[in-house]
Amino acid sequence: MIRIPPSALLGLVMTGAFFFVAIFADFIAPYPLAAVVGGVWDPSSSEHWLGTDSIGRDLMSRMIYGGQTTIKIATLATIVSFGLGSVLGFTAATVGGWVDQALSRFVDLLMSIPSLILALVVLSVMSVNELTLILVMGLLDATRVFRLSRAVAVDITVMDYVEAARLRGEGTGWIIFREILPNALSPLVAELGLRFIFAVLFISTLSFLGLGVQPPGADWGGIVKENSAGLVYGIPAALAPAVAIAVLAISVNLVADWVLNRTTSLKGGRGA
Amino acid sequence: MVHPIIRLVVQRIALGLLLLLAVSILIFGGTQLLPGDVAQAILGQSATQQALANLREQMGLNDPALVRYWNWLWGILHGDLGTALTNGHDIATDLGKRFANTLFLAFWAAAISVPLAIILGLVAARYAGRWPDKLISGITLATISLPEFVVGYIAMYLLAVKFRLLPSVSMIFDGMTLGAKLHAIMLPVLVLVLVVLAHMMRMTRAAILNVMQSAYVETAELKGISPGRVIWRHALPNAIAPVVNVVMLNLAYLVVGVVVVEVVFVYPGMGQYLVDHVAKRDLPVVQACGMVFAAVYIGLNILADVISILANPRLRHPK
Amino acid sequence: MPDPILSIRNLKIEATVYPPDAPPHDVVIVDGVSLDLQKGKVLGLIGESGAGKSTIGLSAMSYGRGGVRLTGGEVMLNGREIRLANAKALRSLRGREVTYVAQSAAAAFNPALTLMDQVVEATLRHGLATRSEAEARAVKLFRKLGLPDPDNIGKRYPHQVSGGQLQRVMTAMALCPEPSLVVFDEPTTALDVTTQIDVLAAIKEAIHDTGVAALYITHDLAVVAQVSDDIMVLRNGKTVETGVVRQIIDDPHEDYTRALVSVRSIDHEEKAKAEPVLRVDGVTARYSGTSFDVLSDINVDLAPGQTLAVVGESGSGKSTLARVITGLLPPRAGSIHFNGRDLTPDLKSRTKTDLRELQMIYQMADVAMNPRQTVGTIIGRPLEFYFGLRGEAKRKRVQELLDQIEMGKGYIDRYPAELSGGQKQRVCIARALAAKPRLIICDEVTSALDPLVADGILRLLLELQAQENVAYLFITHDLATVKAIADSIAVMFKGKVVRYGSKSEVLAPPFDDYTDLLLSSVPEMRLGWLEEAIAGRRMASAGN
Repeated sequence: MIRIPPSALLGLVMTGAFFFVAIFADFIAPYPLAAVVGGVWDPSSSEHWLGTDSIGRDLMSRMIYGGQTTIKIATLATIVSFGLGSVLGFTAATVGGWVDQALSRFVDLLMSIPSLILALVVLSVMSVNELTLILVMGLLDATRVFRLSRAVAVDITVMDYVEAARLRGEGTGWIIFREILPNALSPLVAELGLRFIFAVLFISTLSFLGLGVQPPGADWGGIVKENSAGLVYGIPAALAPAVAIAVLAISVNLVADWVLNRTTSLKGGRGA
Repeated sequence: MVHPIIRLVVQRIALGLLLLLAVSILIFGGTQLLPGDVAQAILGQSATQQALANLREQMGLNDPALVRYWNWLWGILHGDLGTALTNGHDIATDLGKRFANTLFLAFWAAAISVPLAIILGLVAARYAGRWPDKLISGITLATISLPEFVVGYIAMYLLAVKFRLLPSVSMIFDGMTLGAKLHAIMLPVLVLVLVVLAHMMRMTRAAILNVMQSAYVETAELKGISPGRVIWRHALPNAIAPVVNVVMLNLAYLVVGVVVVEVVFVYPGMGQYLVDHVAKRDLPVVQACGMVFAAVYIGLNILADVISILANPRLRHPK
Repeated sequence: MPDPILSIRNLKIEATVYPPDAPPHDVVIVDGVSLDLQKGKVLGLIGESGAGKSTIGLSAMSYGRGGVRLTGGEVMLNGREIRLANAKALRSLRGREVTYVAQSAAAAFNPALTLMDQVVEATLRHGLATRSEAEARAVKLFRKLGLPDPDNIGKRYPHQVSGGQLQRVMTAMALCPEPSLVVFDEPTTALDVTTQIDVLAAIKEAIHDTGVAALYITHDLAVVAQVSDDIMVLRNGKTVETGVVRQIIDDPHEDYTRALVSVRSIDHEEKAKAEPVLRVDGVTARYSGTSFDVLSDINVDLAPGQTLAVVGESGSGKSTLARVITGLLPPRAGSIHFNGRDLTPDLKSRTKTDLRELQMIYQMADVAMNPRQTVGTIIGRPLEFYFGLRGEAKRKRVQELLDQIEMGKGYIDRYPAELSGGQKQRVCIARALAAKPRLIICDEVTSALDPLVADGILRLLLELQAQENVAYLFITHDLATVKAIADSIAVMFKGKVVRYGSKSEVLAPPFDDYTDLLLSSVPEMRLGWLEEAIAGRRMASAGN
């Protein structure tokens, strides 16, 4: 039985709740996404728990649908970055030679500029839609996954047990899947959480800048932007999605922190 | 015989310049060679053939890519960043003014956050595992999880709207006194400080702890040397390189934070300039801004590496 | 009798441990240890890892490493109780009355300061001398400790001098404030054997000349016998026995001490020459990207069921030889014959039979086993891979192998992290054995283990050799191990075999210079060995 510390348990429950709401948004949201159902920035009431937004749409419903968009894009971008980054990283580490050199130098290049700046440059010429966003974010973030998985795999391939397997005459498949992968899994799982948070922050930032999800679609970053004008008049509608982003990120962070700690304690663990 | 340290520094700088050249290819390629017609992307689907042809001509899109790249790079090297498509202004002039504003903002953010982060990092390292450390790392976790614009709006809502302490919008213009400018940028500076502080503090803490746990610090303690002298004489000289690295890395991070914070507070800096022109698909401006941001980022990284080379006793005193 | 410099009574030391899957709790590291140390005397603390010897050594400075706390008993230094002394009192004491020499001088010196700055620091900080006096004192000590260019070596930085020199500089640093007690914590363990002897002699002379009292901590009884007046044997934080050196070595009272003294007394009868199973023929090799040969023209052979010991210091190329034989590093010239066949130089083109019949055991059993596989999987894989055994048949054979390495039932489903160091190495032996090999390459397989555990492993290897008629290519830096198990010996130095033959030939005079140096450097467990060895060396160099 694994002992889960309370902070990680809280993180797990919260993360689960966010995903549940995102998946079943259609059944949970009280109003449709785009329906104007009240006045501009109505305060919270029994009909509209969070009040209404800048043009009178139910903020609660927009938050739920917005969460769905944010989580969907972030999840898909994470899948892209992870799939691409880890496969290429492991390949570079096990194959070595010019393949490793070429991939590593290209990743160095991509990482020599801040991701946001590079994303802005690319988005200035591409038509902005969900697919583009997922691919651009996934590709840029794959560089970090590549570096990590390559480093982890290189650390493992120099271990004597991998050499022992090689001397036994084992094939590449056995070495990657039975010797390297089981030992690389925990750091990669922890990284998965961090990459997901990064994707959430990234898509929110892009949408906030008006370069992410385009109206009539909505995500949390976009909802902040739509309602930011109200802040000056003391209307906190823009803070609701902002808080949602923060809470989701912190929840996932709590889980990732725990996984990471477990990993390090496993590495240092010694028998009596 | 050249001292090996000079050779290393020259090598590092040359590598940085090479990287910058590669980045210029990446930025140019990213905007010019991506699938799809650039002119179409700029003008939209409803553009007439004539308008498209004019734009292609104006942007030199009919030349081969290599020629266009060469002309663009040649211009940059001579301080000519081209003209903006949207308003026909000379980009270098507009950008120069805004770059100065951005530097002004970033300078004050750095001037406050760097000493603060190092002091707090030292405190966290000194009380590692005790409550000041836990408090600091808790706050760190929270701020790392917040995007810059969220911090910005929360700060704005509380400080500018609820308590009316600071202006919510940071307009600065030429005739303002320094005091008035500083008052105007207080809120964005605060937000930037909050955003970079956490990372910088956490990494400083790790760097200091790493040095404090080394065997030579134990040796110094076992000589009966006072804690102050242990830190000053034994820990600090070895902690300089990692801490400088942390600082530089986070100043580079500040470059990104600036983009978002400028938009939040409507500050007339380079970030806002870039975002506006991305939305308008004004390619020459986007390319120019991208290059300037990249140059600053790479420059800071070179500086960090050079300082750690200079601070390494093994390199300074070769065998 | 005058009052002792150091007097410890009923010392109890505890530490808090943080296991990953259990709440933190306290464990007792040292329990009820008492000792007295008179002026000018040297007390050796000896024990295996986990005996608490370093912890006791540091308690003489009232210092606990990490979360270690001195929780009970009394520590008296120069007549004052120091266990409960406050930080200020301890600061005035450390570096003035008691100083410390660490195992790894390379890590213990600050890389950013010159050696002289660090050597005189304590003397100056405690106001014991002016800077010029302190530096003069340091230079005198450098000279006494036999350091080259004693007048100028202090201007150098730590990375600019060798490991053996650094260890002597650290001794000078400890002696410079003229303390009444020095704690030596395994000062020669990290050094090569031929370097160790000089450092050992220098330390011994310096202790003798300055009349300082010393605690000398080591795991090597033969070393401690050379420098100590008395020896305290420790085990699991408790005293086993204390006595003068002669009594401990010649007449130990306790079984555990007796075991420590008689370690490496394995008697192995040399086997007669026979048709070889392995022949290394003119092998020359270098690593890609380098411009010198790590091995040049190596010729050795090995008969079935026999042991060839390849002995040399770090950098001699002995481990590279293993890499060439296993096919990890194809040689530039020469060939390897195995079982009457030519082995292809490259691992990838070798047949499954060749791979099966040539197995390998590593120095660090920790990293030689996949931490995510159970003992059953680790030993079972060669059975499955080479012989196609599965299910119950495989499990039965794994258990047989476990019985053979004397581990018995209950281990098959455990993970490596749950085993002790010796058990891990046994599992690695079983994994090699599972392939039914004709030759096993053993790369420093006992050097990471405590002497008694290592002894057990060597006995097991000899027993298995008799049962299975398997040959060992035994790579080691430790001549005592060589004497215990070899049938033939190859001495390597800078990539060449400088002496090769049967054990009796190699270990009998006349010697070449290097073998002589190597043989005369191995500490022997008798009094006066160090003086004889040093005298022998001086004579040899005078004769040249």
